[in-house]
Amino acid sequence: MHEMSLAEGVRQIIEDAARRQGFGRVRTVVLEIGQLAAVEPDSLRFCFDLVMKGGPAEGAVLQIDRVPGRGWCAQCDAHVDIAELYDPCPRCGGYRVQVTGGTEMRVKELEIE
Amino acid sequence: MCNVCGCGAGETRIDGQDPPGGDPVGEERPGGWRETRGHDALHYGRGPAGAEAPGMSQTRMLSIEQRILARNDALADENRRWLAGRGILALNLVSSPGAGKTTLLVRTIEALQTRVPVSVVEGDQQTSFDAERIRATGAPAVQINTGKGCHLDALMVGQALSRLAPPADSVLLIENVGNLVCPAAFDLGERAKVVVLSVTEGDDKPLKYPDMFAAASLMLINKTDLLPYVDFNVDKAIDFALRVNPALAVISVSATTGAGFDAWLGWVDAQLDEARAAARRPVGLTLDGES
Repeated sequence: MHEMSLAEGVRQIIEDAARRQGFGRVRTVVLEIGQLAAVEPDSLRFCFDLVMKGGPAEGAVLQIDRVPGRGWCAQCDAHVDIAELYDPCPRCGGYRVQVTGGTEMRVKELEIE
Repeated sequence: MCNVCGCGAGETRIDGQDPPGGDPVGEERPGGWRETRGHDALHYGRGPAGAEAPGMSQTRMLSIEQRILARNDALADENRRWLAGRGILALNLVSSPGAGKTTLLVRTIEALQTRVPVSVVEGDQQTSFDAERIRATGAPAVQINTGKGCHLDALMVGQALSRLAPPADSVLLIENVGNLVCPAAFDLGERAKVVVLSVTEGDDKPLKYPDMFAAASLMLINKTDLLPYVDFNVDKAIDFALRVNPALAVISVSATTGAGFDAWLGWVDAQLDEARAAARRPVGLTLDGES
């Protein structure tokens, strides 16, 4: 359940931004979560609602934008799309694919009032 | 419930010390941590209080572009710089519960400490059993109890480091909470994650729990002395692990018999040489002079 810690990280970022920018309520929180990131979106949604209580993003809509997984195949010397960490290269079928993208977990933007 | 790690309030303890009566006092530290009064204990279980400021107006989009774990990662970088400046090799050992991490540590410490100082950070939800096993070897150990928390984070390890004060050019072994999922996401400032997979588990674990195998630099296949009695295919486990992480190094060991320990200790020595060499390399920003 590290999604609880992640939700707390989101809250900290929102509260820091609220202090800096002086906004009140947050309507929508937009996260960017890579398809290969170690996070379960459904679990994160559940924790988000709990953790945001009493703060500027209480009741806010959580929008999760997925970023597709990308890898570099040493065999093909090419960048390829992958959906799972253990996926083979879609070109050659080999497994010498190093993940290069799709592991991000970021707060992208906030819709504020 | 704690909004840092999901633990119940006040359940985190270090070296079994309770923060009783210990309402947090003083400045809130990054990560929502406060020192407790009157007890030599560190509490991690309280997050910041919310600040509510309702207002009704038109909405607008505010670009944030920040990593969710930015705070943990910044603390991990602090730990990493502190360790690097002193030439200390820090390894983060991760596995399921019961993979044999502590037995592996005990044997590793016994072999290493004749030539290099070793200190240990022990992470468990409860009890200081593991730290006691480590201390029996003569190595200093700090026990972190995470309460209901499922992983160590960089703040906990930073606090443990200031207690342990490991000497320069030494080895720091961090035994994470037994959990093959959550610790993958939390950088502690270590040089490498070492994932321990024991042959009493399934050989398909690297595919079932790929994140940890993707995050690790080395996989130790442990309890190889039990191979005759279990249905575990070592080649298959390695093949699956390399599918997830083609750069993963693999060593088979038995912490009970010592089989494979020459290779494992050789890997540790090579990492230690690199850590020490990096600390001596003259760079613009050194923290600690030449130690």
